[in-house]
Parts: sequence; C-alpha cells; structure tokens
Amino acid sequence: MKKRVKVIERDDVVVKFAGDSGDGIQLTGAQFSDTSAFIGNDLATFPDYPAEIRAPQGTVEGVSGFQVHIGHKEIQSPGDQADVLVAMNPAALKANMKWVKPGATIIVDISNFDSRHYKRAEYVEDPLGDGSLDDYNVVRAPITEMTRDVVKHKGLDLKTADKTRNQFVAGILFWLFNRDLKIGENFLRDRFRNKPKLIDANIDVLRAGYNYAETVEAIEATYRVKPAEKGAGYYRNMNGNTAIAWGLLAAAEKSRCKLYLGSYPITPASEILQELVKTKNIGTIAFQAEDEIAGVCSAIGASFAGCLGVTTTSGPGLSLKSEGIGLGVITELPLVVVDVQRGGPSTGLPTKTEQSDLLQALYGRHGESPCIVLASSTPANCFDFAYEAARLAIEHMTPVILLSDGYLANGSELWHIPKMSDLPEIKVPRVLDNDPSYKPYNRDPETLARYWAVPGQEGLRHQIGGLEKADVTGEISYDPFNHEIMTLIRREKIDKVVYYIPKQQVIGNPEGDLLVIGWGGTFGTLYTAVKEMQEEGHSISLAQFNYIDPLPYNVPDIFGRFKNIVVCELNLGQFASCLRSKLPQFHYLQFNKIQGLPFLISELKNKFREILGLPQN
Amino acid sequence: MENYEKTTVKDFKMDQAARWCPGCGGHAVLAAVQKALPETGIKKENIVFVSGIGCSSRFPYYINTYGFHGLHGRGAAIATGIKLANPGLSVWLATGDGDSMAIGGNHFIHLLRRNLDINILLFNNKIYGLTKGQFSPTTPKGSITKTSPNGTIASPFLPGELAMGAQGNFFARVVDNDLEMMQKVFIAAASHKGTSLVEILQNCVIFNDAVHAEITSKELRDDNTIFLEHGKPMLFGRNKEKGLIREDSRMKVVQIGQNGITRKDILIHNAIDREDTRHYMLVRMMLPEYPIAMGVIRSCEASTYEDTYYGQIQVSRDKSTIKNVDDLFMSGNIFKLENHNGD
Repeated sequence: MKKRVKVIERDDVVVKFAGDSGDGIQLTGAQFSDTSAFIGNDLATFPDYPAEIRAPQGTVEGVSGFQVHIGHKEIQSPGDQADVLVAMNPAALKANMKWVKPGATIIVDISNFDSRHYKRAEYVEDPLGDGSLDDYNVVRAPITEMTRDVVKHKGLDLKTADKTRNQFVAGILFWLFNRDLKIGENFLRDRFRNKPKLIDANIDVLRAGYNYAETVEAIEATYRVKPAEKGAGYYRNMNGNTAIAWGLLAAAEKSRCKLYLGSYPITPASEILQELVKTKNIGTIAFQAEDEIAGVCSAIGASFAGCLGVTTTSGPGLSLKSEGIGLGVITELPLVVVDVQRGGPSTGLPTKTEQSDLLQALYGRHGESPCIVLASSTPANCFDFAYEAARLAIEHMTPVILLSDGYLANGSELWHIPKMSDLPEIKVPRVLDNDPSYKPYNRDPETLARYWAVPGQEGLRHQIGGLEKADVTGEISYDPFNHEIMTLIRREKIDKVVYYIPKQQVIGNPEGDLLVIGWGGTFGTLYTAVKEMQEEGHSISLAQFNYIDPLPYNVPDIFGRFKNIVVCELNLGQFASCLRSKLPQFHYLQFNKIQGLPFLISELKNKFREILGLPQN
Repeated sequence: MENYEKTTVKDFKMDQAARWCPGCGGHAVLAAVQKALPETGIKKENIVFVSGIGCSSRFPYYINTYGFHGLHGRGAAIATGIKLANPGLSVWLATGDGDSMAIGGNHFIHLLRRNLDINILLFNNKIYGLTKGQFSPTTPKGSITKTSPNGTIASPFLPGELAMGAQGNFFARVVDNDLEMMQKVFIAAASHKGTSLVEILQNCVIFNDAVHAEITSKELRDDNTIFLEHGKPMLFGRNKEKGLIREDSRMKVVQIGQNGITRKDILIHNAIDREDTRHYMLVRMMLPEYPIAMGVIRSCEASTYEDTYYGQIQVSRDKSTIKNVDDLFMSGNIFKLENHNGD
C-alpha cells in the first residue's frame, strides 16, 4: 500500500546536484533542466566544475556541481541556496552544505558514506551521525548499491554500470517533482542514440530510482512547480555558447554572407566551435586553426573574401589575437571576436567565471585601435548580442568584440525561439562590379564605413593591409597629417555607432537613491537582488550595460538622476574606471568580487542596504 | 581556369614602380610572376596575393591583383581563410625566410599539412633585410651578422626538407636571376592542385650581397646547379657531361664517360611519386659535394583541404532535413507554451 505523500505547490525551487567529476552530474543536471523546460518552467542553471577532467575522486576539490533554479515565476538567477541537494559522496556534501537552505531535502548516496570516503573528504566525524543534519530532511538512498543490482544482468562492466547511477538520482527527482518519466526516458534515448545498450540500462535505473522514492517513505513531501507565465510560442532550453553560435548563424543567413569561424579550442569557449562544425548542413565554414593567431587571421582573410569572419576564444586567446584585431581595425573589415571570459591572468581559473577582460577588450592593442565592444548578459541573449555584434561589424566595417563569460556560456535558460523574418535587417556595404568611383577607403558619409569589394569582383582590384593607407585612395601613406586624419576617422567611425544602437534602459524608477550598474553576465543576480529590494519598497534601480564602446548616448542623463551609483563587477573595478574616465562628473561606488563565482543575491542586497543606510538583514 | 580570359603582362603591372632596393632580386621575381600569370589562364579578378611582413611581403602592393598585406608570419593563415572562403580564387602567398621559417613557422607547416591549393613564393635571401641585417633561420651556420657578431650557432632550416616533413606535396627551387626558370616553375606551381612551395634563392644587395653567387655567376652556375625535370635524366654541367647516380644510400656525382659511366646509368627524376626518397636527398644536396637542385623536385597529387571540406558540406546538405536557420531553431528538444497562465 503506497502512502499518499503531500504535494507542495512552489513558485520556485533550487536543486543542486553534486558529486565527483565523472559521476554524470552535468548530464543529470542537463536532463533535469530540459525536463523542466519541457513542462514549461522558467529556469536558470549554473554548472560549476573543476578544471581537471577527472579530478581526484572523493576529494572536496574534485566536486562537480550543477545548480538549477526552476520556477512558475520569472527566474533570472540560479539562486543562492538549494532547496534540494543531491550529494553523491561525503565530499559533495561537505562542499555544498553552506549553499543549502535550512530545512532542505538532502539526498545522499549512502553507499559512499563510509570511513574511506570520510577520510578523503577530510571529515573527522560521520556527518550523518553527528547531529549536524538534524534540521534537514536527509534521504539516505543506497544509490550505488541498488544501481549495480538493477544493471547486473545487462553485461556492463562495473565502471559503465556505476556511470548509470546518476539516473537513479534522476528517478528520485522525477518522483520528487511529480514529473512524467517518459520525458526523462526520451532524453536518454536521444543522448545515447548511438549506444543502444546504454539506453536500456539507463532507463531501467531511472525507473528504479523513481520506484525507490515512491516506496521508501523517506521523503516527506513532493513539489509541484507550475509552468511559467511566459508568452505563447516555441521555447527551448538554451545555454550561452550555443546561443552565440546560433546568433552568428542567423546573422550570416540574414546578411547573405557565408559564416566563417576560425577558432582554436579553449575553455570555456570551445562549445561555440563544436556547435558550428555541426552546421555544415547550412553551409558554415568552421575551421579549427593551428593556434589562436591563425584563428583570427584566417577569419580576417575570410572577411576580405566576403565572409562574415568570426573568431572565438577566452582571455589568454584574446591576448594572442590582439595584433590580429589591430589588423582588422586598420583594414576596416567586418570581424566578430567572441571572448568567453574566465578567471585570469594567465591560465588562471579556466572553468570559473570572471569579468576581467573588459579593459583588454577596450584598450588591449598597440596603437590607437578602437573597436566596438559589446557584452551579453543572459545565456539566451547571447543569441541577440552575437547577432548584434555581426550586424554592427558588417554595417560599420569594423571588428566587434563580444564579451561573454563562463557563467553565461555554461548556464542555460528558456529561450523564446524567434523567426528569422522577425530579426532586424543587416545592410551589407557591398560595391557593384566595375563601379568606376570605387576606392578602397571611400566611405559611407553616414556611418564612415568603407565599402566592401571582394576578390572575384570585376573591376575592383585593390590592395589593403597593415600599413597606414591614404584617405580615400588606399595607397600606402607615411604622411603625418594623413595618419592623424585616418586615426581620427577610425575613432569617429566607432563613436558614430551610437546612432545605430538602442538607448540604455533602466529597470525600476528612472530616478532615486541608488542606481546599480552592472554589465554583461551579472544581470541575473543583480536583477534579482534589485527586484527584491524594490518589492521591499526601496528606491533602487538597475542599469545593466550591453553596449560598452560606444556607450549609449543617454547614459549621463540616467546617471544624473540618482543620488548614489554603485558599479558591481566580477573584477577589481574595470567598468568603474572606464566610466570614471568617460563620465568623470559622477561619483562611482564599487562592489567587486574575484572568486571565480557569480555574485550572491544576499551579498548584493547587503551592499545595497549599506549604501542606503539600512540595517543589515 | 575555366574562366579563361586572355590577360597580358600589362594587366598585372602597377602605375608605380616597386619600392625594393635597386638590384634587389624582388624585381626579377615580380617580372617573372607578371609574365607567368597570363600563361595560367586565370581571370585577373580571381587572383589574390597575400603576404606577411618583410621585404618580400611588399609584393601585393606591386602587382595589380587583389592584395592583402598581413601580419608578420601570418600570411599563411590569412591566405587559408581566403581560400576556404572562396575556393574559386587563385591564392598566392609571398613570404620570406624570416616570415615563414621563424615567426610564421607554425602557420607555414600547417598550411603544407592541410594542402590547401595555395601557391607559396618563399623569398630566401638568408638574412633579415627590412630590419637591416640580422640573421634568419636559413642563415648558414657560423655567419657573422648584426645579431651574431661571433657567428650564428644553430643549423639553418632547409625549406624543402621542412616542407616534406610537414607532408608537403609540391616543392620547387629557383634562383632570382633566371627569369625563364622562374616563369616555368611558377606556372607549374599554379597548375599544381594543392599547396605548392617555390623556394626562390634571392639576393639581398644591401645586407647579404652575392649570397648565392656560386650558383648565379655565369662561370659557375652550370657546374653548381642541376635543373630537374620530371621524367628526364639528372644531368648537369655546361655540356650535360655530369650526372647523379645512386651509390649505396647516397647520391653521387659522376662524369659521363669516366669509370664506364654512360647516360643510361644516370638517375631519371620522378617528381610525382610521393614515396620517392630521392626528393629528400635532392633538397639536401649542398656545395661543394653536390650541385644545388633546381626546378620542380616534388609534385605529388593529393586531395586538397578545401575540396574535402566543401565535399563534407555537400554531403551534410544532402543528408540533413535542416535547410536553414529557422529549421535549426525548431530542431531537437523544443516545446510550445500556450497563451495562458500556467497549469
């Protein structure tokens, strides 16, 4: 006789999966997210994993995590703390206890809670027996043991058998959230479509986990999170790197320029290259180059030949590409450079997020070398800003640097699928064959963009390159006055982009006590913190920047309407110093974090309360 | 080559003269290229010259085709992007011993390995000219230069040897004072499908004058060089009285008529057999033991990177149900939300 368990309706729930890297944590997280998306929950995810492919097993350093925040209400951040924690071993428990809400459900794989594992996790006492978890709903599930039992006749070796454990966890979660198992089964069929043997085993384990949860009576309540109140239409679960790849594809199709990606694998940007090599079916040229430099240089070559040239990288690669980007600036060719930022300097924290490449993007080249700098701010709007970067690169004939980060790259959220016909036009400044007036550095009087004549076109042969060129004619010129004119034109061309980008938006009242400023990937947490404080009745607004150079024209007007301004960044204050030099008439407070982690909503709210002179919560 | 349109030398001349030093080998190379291009039958709008940095890399400014003067060492990467973007273009890379053997070494070997159909003109004057006289990776060991007052220490690269190590399929060597030879070899390079590397032994009148004098002077060149042609015996000397034979694992120079050697004993050059190890021996031959090998030493057929890439595109297009970006958006795991509030 099955006990009827109470069902709790929740507006949102945060679930965290944690275990050894190699336990399939990322897979389980992705499966849970996709299932949530499928039933219409709004969501935000945050995968957090070590740099090593298989870090030492059972150690706190080796713990791989995947946090997912699902909701009936609007979800913009993966949440500070979890309602449900899955800990596959003691190390996973230890690493995550401070990120768990009081009273949370903690599911542990009891098969791994033994003295050997305690020692590896550097526990002195048994955390399950020392009373430290008394205030939580702890589910002691023999996950490893039962999984092995389920698959013992499947002819899998022990290692492969143990890899299916994550589906036992998934099964428990499906029951806990009153989900239809069929969705999870379909996910597995798709994921393992080339390994049919694994489909069977994983589905059996998934069902076993579900039945276990239903039978064991260890879980006091299950959750139901209703679908989100989103506009009608088609949706999918979208991560930042895929969104960038697809935004570029969309811009290429819209502009009728072939997409050319020249790239070299680097964490956390590699998935963009991996995504684009899969799109040969729509004609993409995605070239894995011999190094970062060849990536950008081949993209410039492709742009010269009429493609939308793109290169993708992370901080160390951006450093290597800086000479190439300068070549793009002086030859005035369209070029999109995507920098998925990570912790630096040097190899730094390859798998962790940071916003510390901003000044490199703005100023990290020799010579006067301006280009457009944009930042995407959510996993899904990586699509919009990749498209926007390509539009501006083509229409203004210039390199555009798009800053994403590790948090956006791996995180995901619901994406409302657009129609190509709804995306903005891209005007390509092409020249007709045999145009007698064509000169390489003749310009569009409005944008100052030069015109794009490509090899193969009749009557337009010309030579460009890294040497300074004479205005209009494009001949080599060492004339001092010409160099000054060309330098000024290159800067003015970027400044004029301000007429082709939208105004800066403010979330909340357009005036008040505190304006929170952020840029790029911190949007989710800043938005959530500001919204919560607005709901508490405080005079606080948010301006999240996507356009860094040039800044939207209405920025001084916005800043002038607030008593305090605080610039929040995951670096030592790079955007703040940029604003201080561009708009010195305002006073900027700072809130900075350099831990390779996103902001917490709680720490942001504490800072804002302090600025507003409110007592701390 | 299907876009046949008769061009002339004049089509490729610029109004202004090339700004190389008077007496620089570059002028002769330029003239040879301008004479060779009309013979290839390639439409002038479809020719692109790309370069890196250095004296030789000014080449694109001096020839009336599409041109791109790039970054030091990166010409190969830029050319790769151009060729992949539009395989219909005839892409030429003008580069030097510093540009391709030093700073651009990585791009150089990978271009050869991939075998894109790009023609490389490697100007080898064995010195850095544009920066005024420092040693290069091809400078002979022990040379005194501005940055090696006590003599260079490392062994020089042999471009041909490097090319074969990098899976190169076409290698030829010419000298800058032989217009006819250059023209002939450039045409061969242009018609070879795949990366073709032509090493041009070039004089630098200012910083390394007479570097190739032993093979350029009228008195010495017949004895000090051997011009190789596929299917022909490896003979040299003013009256073709000398030749090459194989003895044990080495090449050997012999005199016809001496020690019973007849013309029948002389090796026949086979440029197209990729397993012919004599290609390797030929590029390594050095004075005084051997003559310097000139002409097309290696010319083997192999599939090009761009043909294979575009072939994969075609197969993907044919097989896939995704025909455009809208299709891609709607593929895989998508779901529909109706316009109501939950439940």
